[in-house]
Amino acid sequence: MGTELGKYKACVSARSTSKEILKKSQDGGIVTQLFAYALEEGIIDGAIVAGPSDEPYRPRPFIATSVEELMTARGTRYNISPNVSWIKEATRSFGLDKVGIVGTPCQMQAVRKGQLYPFGWRDVDSKIALAIGIFCMENFSYQSIKQLVEDHAGVKMESVKKMDIGKGKFWVYTERGATVQLPLKVTHKYEQPGCHVCLDYVANLSDVSTGSVGSPDGWSTVFVRTKNGDDIWSKAIAAGCFETKPIEQVKPGLELVSKLANEKISKNQKTVEERATFGVNKALRNPYIKP
Amino acid sequence: MGLLSRIFGKKSVSEMPTEKPAPAKAEVEKKAEITKKEDKPVAEKITVGHVHMSGCTGCLVSLADNAEGLLTILDKYADLVYGLTLADVRHIPKMDVALVEGSVCIQDKLSVQEIKETREKAAVVVAVGGCACYGNITRFGRGGQPNQPQHESFLPVGDLIKVDVYIPGCAPCPQLIRNVCVMAYLLLKGTKDQQELAKKYLTPLMQLADRGTEACGCDLMYDVVNQGLCMGCGSCAAACPVRAITHEYGKPNVNREMCIKCGACYAQCPRSFFNFDVITEFEGIMELIGGALK
Repeated sequence: MGTELGKYKACVSARSTSKEILKKSQDGGIVTQLFAYALEEGIIDGAIVAGPSDEPYRPRPFIATSVEELMTARGTRYNISPNVSWIKEATRSFGLDKVGIVGTPCQMQAVRKGQLYPFGWRDVDSKIALAIGIFCMENFSYQSIKQLVEDHAGVKMESVKKMDIGKGKFWVYTERGATVQLPLKVTHKYEQPGCHVCLDYVANLSDVSTGSVGSPDGWSTVFVRTKNGDDIWSKAIAAGCFETKPIEQVKPGLELVSKLANEKISKNQKTVEERATFGVNKALRNPYIKP
Repeated sequence: MGLLSRIFGKKSVSEMPTEKPAPAKAEVEKKAEITKKEDKPVAEKITVGHVHMSGCTGCLVSLADNAEGLLTILDKYADLVYGLTLADVRHIPKMDVALVEGSVCIQDKLSVQEIKETREKAAVVVAVGGCACYGNITRFGRGGQPNQPQHESFLPVGDLIKVDVYIPGCAPCPQLIRNVCVMAYLLLKGTKDQQELAKKYLTPLMQLADRGTEACGCDLMYDVVNQGLCMGCGSCAAACPVRAITHEYGKPNVNREMCIKCGACYAQCPRSFFNFDVITEFEGIMELIGGALK
């Protein structure tokens, strides 16, 4: 297809040089490290991240204005955190002039739509200073992830140490050292329906996007996409925030990213087409055609 | 002499011919140089009017909140040929773009007459704000107010005339009104490429105008969640001017008592419309608009 990875200026395999960040990061700690650098350098005043809530592994949009706060949001939760819902509030109640935001590809789409068509996002467009996207095949509701972890994997949410999707499986690691794996097939029916019309895998519209796919364990693949992203990323590299390797020299490399991106896009493109003839001479709505 | 007369010199705006001989296809940058040399308005501006129906003037304030951006727009791209308090003109003149604010009270003969006249006189009618598009808070008006208690029925502009472009929201953001103004200019006076871009940019706003004159937070249910399209990004909650939307377990929850029916949430949703051909080019378009306003 050739367009599955979006526009990008550079692609590398990277990981944070901070031991502290890597201790609880999902992979290479890219998002936490880049936000931490941007916070310390004053490139952003705060970042909207998926922070902890009163239920285990249920994320809550959270505005981190210090590295300590940022640290509480490390790792992936695999369920929805409506980060974009805070984008205007971040510039108002929190008084941020330079906002960082992390999100899935659809959330990056929302951010860019909001910059070009700000119906209700007053004075937000020029205040988005760093938008970091994360690779995403699909997302789950909290109830879905709970059902997978508690009913299928048989692990209490409270005792989960880490969740991961990789190597074709859904992995649950417990605090006491057990590992449970579920075939991805089991997880499919619990996916969020809205994800099935999504045509973006690697957050094409972010400033910088990252995910584990394509890089070795403990490392992340990073796409540098916009001028702004390029500027911040090069400064962070110069400041020694990241160890990097050329993506061509790591396994499994860009080929796998492309493969998964194409798989997602063609599967969902098909879903979009099928929606046009869903009923008897009745279609489901196609957001890519008209509102 | 109003503000505009002071900005543009002594000429009264009503005397200005709407179409002036224009040097063909001047580019934005080129024009910027031209304007530097002149203190009179450049020839190839478009003419814009602000038509005030039953609204709170918040949309006009929002336009004005572009601050120096508004002055640049008025300097380089648009002449304000009509507008309560802003242009000293009594009757609706011929114009390229009419920005209509507010809904139409059908018991007020003058309003009805003026909105029809607006359609006749304007090439493009833009409904600015929730009231003009969907009725917004005026949907709840039932009369009884001094000093016209019989004024009780307020209709969105689109129920009386054909509207070309919608800008929903209460108030719609200054930046969106600005973007539409710049795009309207490019559509009417830009180069071929710029016209193409403007067309693509304005298309969803024209489609919103075709979609109808009713809006509510419920649209998020009817046209997004019920259609299997919601992915819980949170755009709607960020757009709501009255904070009626929260997210419960990743899906919008609308407090319908609080909803004022402005239409911002649905319009803001990336799953109401998402035009890849425009939004993918966000970096270039934002630079273009930024450059146009310098």
